[in-house]
Amino acid sequence: MPVTDARSPATGRRTPAEEAREPGGGLAVALWATLKRDLVLLMRRRSEVLNPLVFFALVITLFPIGISPDPQLLATIAPGLLWVAALLAALLSLDSLFRGDYDDGSLEQLLLTPQPLPMLALAKVAVHWLLTGLPLSLMAPVLGIMLSLPAGSYVTLAISLALGTASLSLIGAIGAALTVGLSRGGVLLSLLVLPLYIPVLIFGAGAVQAAILGDGAAAHLAILGALLALALMLAPWAMAASLRISING
Amino acid sequence: MWAFINKLRSPKWFYAIGARLQPFFWLAAVVLILVGTVWGLAFAPADYQQGNSFRIIYVHVPAAFLAQSIFVSMAVCGLVFMVWKIKVVDMAAAMMAPLGAAMTFVSLFSGAVWGVPTWGTWWMWDARLTSMLILLFLYLGVIALRGAFSSRDSASRAASVLAMVGVINIPIIKYSVDWWYTLHQPATFTITGRAAMPMEMWAPLLIMVMGFYSFFIAVTLMRTRSEILRRESNKRWVRDLATEER
Amino acid sequence: MPECALTLSLQARKLACERDDRWLFEDLDLDIHAGEIVRIEGPNGSGKTTLLKILSGQLADYQGELYWNGEPMRESRQAFLESLLYLGHAPGVKAALTPLENLAWYQALAGARGNEAARLAALESVGLVGFEDVPAGQLSAGQQRRVALARLELTPRPLWVLDEPFTAIDRDGVAALEERLVVHARAGGCVLVTTHHELRETAELRRVRLGRGGQPHAGH
Repeated sequence: MPVTDARSPATGRRTPAEEAREPGGGLAVALWATLKRDLVLLMRRRSEVLNPLVFFALVITLFPIGISPDPQLLATIAPGLLWVAALLAALLSLDSLFRGDYDDGSLEQLLLTPQPLPMLALAKVAVHWLLTGLPLSLMAPVLGIMLSLPAGSYVTLAISLALGTASLSLIGAIGAALTVGLSRGGVLLSLLVLPLYIPVLIFGAGAVQAAILGDGAAAHLAILGALLALALMLAPWAMAASLRISING
Repeated sequence: MWAFINKLRSPKWFYAIGARLQPFFWLAAVVLILVGTVWGLAFAPADYQQGNSFRIIYVHVPAAFLAQSIFVSMAVCGLVFMVWKIKVVDMAAAMMAPLGAAMTFVSLFSGAVWGVPTWGTWWMWDARLTSMLILLFLYLGVIALRGAFSSRDSASRAASVLAMVGVINIPIIKYSVDWWYTLHQPATFTITGRAAMPMEMWAPLLIMVMGFYSFFIAVTLMRTRSEILRRESNKRWVRDLATEER
Repeated sequence: MPECALTLSLQARKLACERDDRWLFEDLDLDIHAGEIVRIEGPNGSGKTTLLKILSGQLADYQGELYWNGEPMRESRQAFLESLLYLGHAPGVKAALTPLENLAWYQALAGARGNEAARLAALESVGLVGFEDVPAGQLSAGQQRRVALARLELTPRPLWVLDEPFTAIDRDGVAALEERLVVHARAGGCVLVTTHHELRETAELRRVRLGRGGQPHAGH
């Protein structure tokens, strides 16, 4: 404990017991509190949570209208459509991941805690996935019915989206962190992040198509899992570096 | 090596040494490209399957190599900049990006032109072209990000981070796109996936590749030097340079 | 004099910062010790906020060296962050959370769970009794800043870096905060502050002036 702490000038109210200063304890407290706080914040803005879901449904609706209502045709393109629409819906909500904190000054404070920033940023992304990616993956089978998605692939659809949107949240968060300080960052965010999404899209949609054909879905899902593992290892550091850059400028 | 890195910290040193290296690389570029072009277009044997249209590989392949190498160079520059804070390296990265994007476009365009006699169509979603297209978007992203920041230091650091993130993704993207392509297209022939080329064909190709790389180095040296002048314009050595050239 | 007074020091050597091709300050040397209230002064645009951000470790784009308690900042960053409480221009208060929830998060960020009684007491000390459960978005700007100022009570840290802390605070609040700063300094802490408000002259107060053309003068 720093020397100054025990004789801390400000108040006599705090006791050492209240501090919980061992390193592990401090980080766990901070992480849990950040998770809770972001959850509470999002739940108090219900509409923000629902928007991506409505967007997902709307985009899916556009395709039969724009292409053709023929169930055979839709069944062929359904895996890709569902994946692309879910991907875009997830992208939509990324811009606000750090923006609220940036605007009201909380982001500065996040950068000044002794807790490791990559972990705190990871906590925020986890909440984003819980309230965006996961609902999208659960909703997708319903929309799959509307697109005549062949049977036997619905579960794979949900699992692939659950795994995939987690990677998308992580990768997208890097872009969100880079653009949070820019005034019209939203459009730039899409430009930066979409090329990086392509591998996830390929294996995600591929998993569903493999499930329709009857085999090979497990391999695709395994690769999605590997991509997620890679993203979990690397993205938090990139996010933290990017947040520091954005506060700078 | 540390001495070299420390020397790099001085834009003035880089400016001077760049001036000495530039002519060599320009010469190499001009000679190699000229020789390669003439040899490839006029003297190399025609291809068994494609006739003369295959000759576009003498532009397409070097451009594609360069497009990928430049991105990797940008990422390496980004890493060096973030770790050692050397400004010259960042200036070089900033100058490399548009050239890399142009090379990607050349590769795409030449690939498309090649497609016309070969597939009968201007565009084909094959693995190579699709990967190149994604690479083009990555370049545009880095260029756009750098331009979006008002503070130059933030712009440099952001572009460095993005270049590093991009470079990690490039092999992943290539692998995914290859997988995707083989999954959806029964094996037709691919652009260079054939039996080894005879020496009369790949020698001019090698020369063109070296010529393109020399061109890249020459142009980057030149543009980095002018960027140095621009950024350091309030320093005395730049002012002295300007007055003595008058 | 408390013993800890000898251990607190923030030093800057040959600090220089360039923004938009203009040097905000060059060759700036600064020494801040326990028991001092250092007020950074200067006209608008002279780089006060930038200086504070550099000293608090948020800005990396500067030249020169920083030292915390005698060690280079690079090596003692963790200890520095554990000793720092920074309040910036924006209060850092989430509009959708109540003051209690906001304070709870800040305590948790510092690694402590804390308890509600302490948070209530802190809010009371800044005059926000009765507003603990009102979403901060419904509070006035001054009240939101008071929530931020409550952190000074709640999380004891020796070094306070405050950027325009008196913004939107009414006269009573200003007097209370001034008093608070003096108490903190006298107890061995140190305060680095920028403000347009004229601080009461006390023994602890020191001024550093950033001027046009980057000619800093440190003096009393």
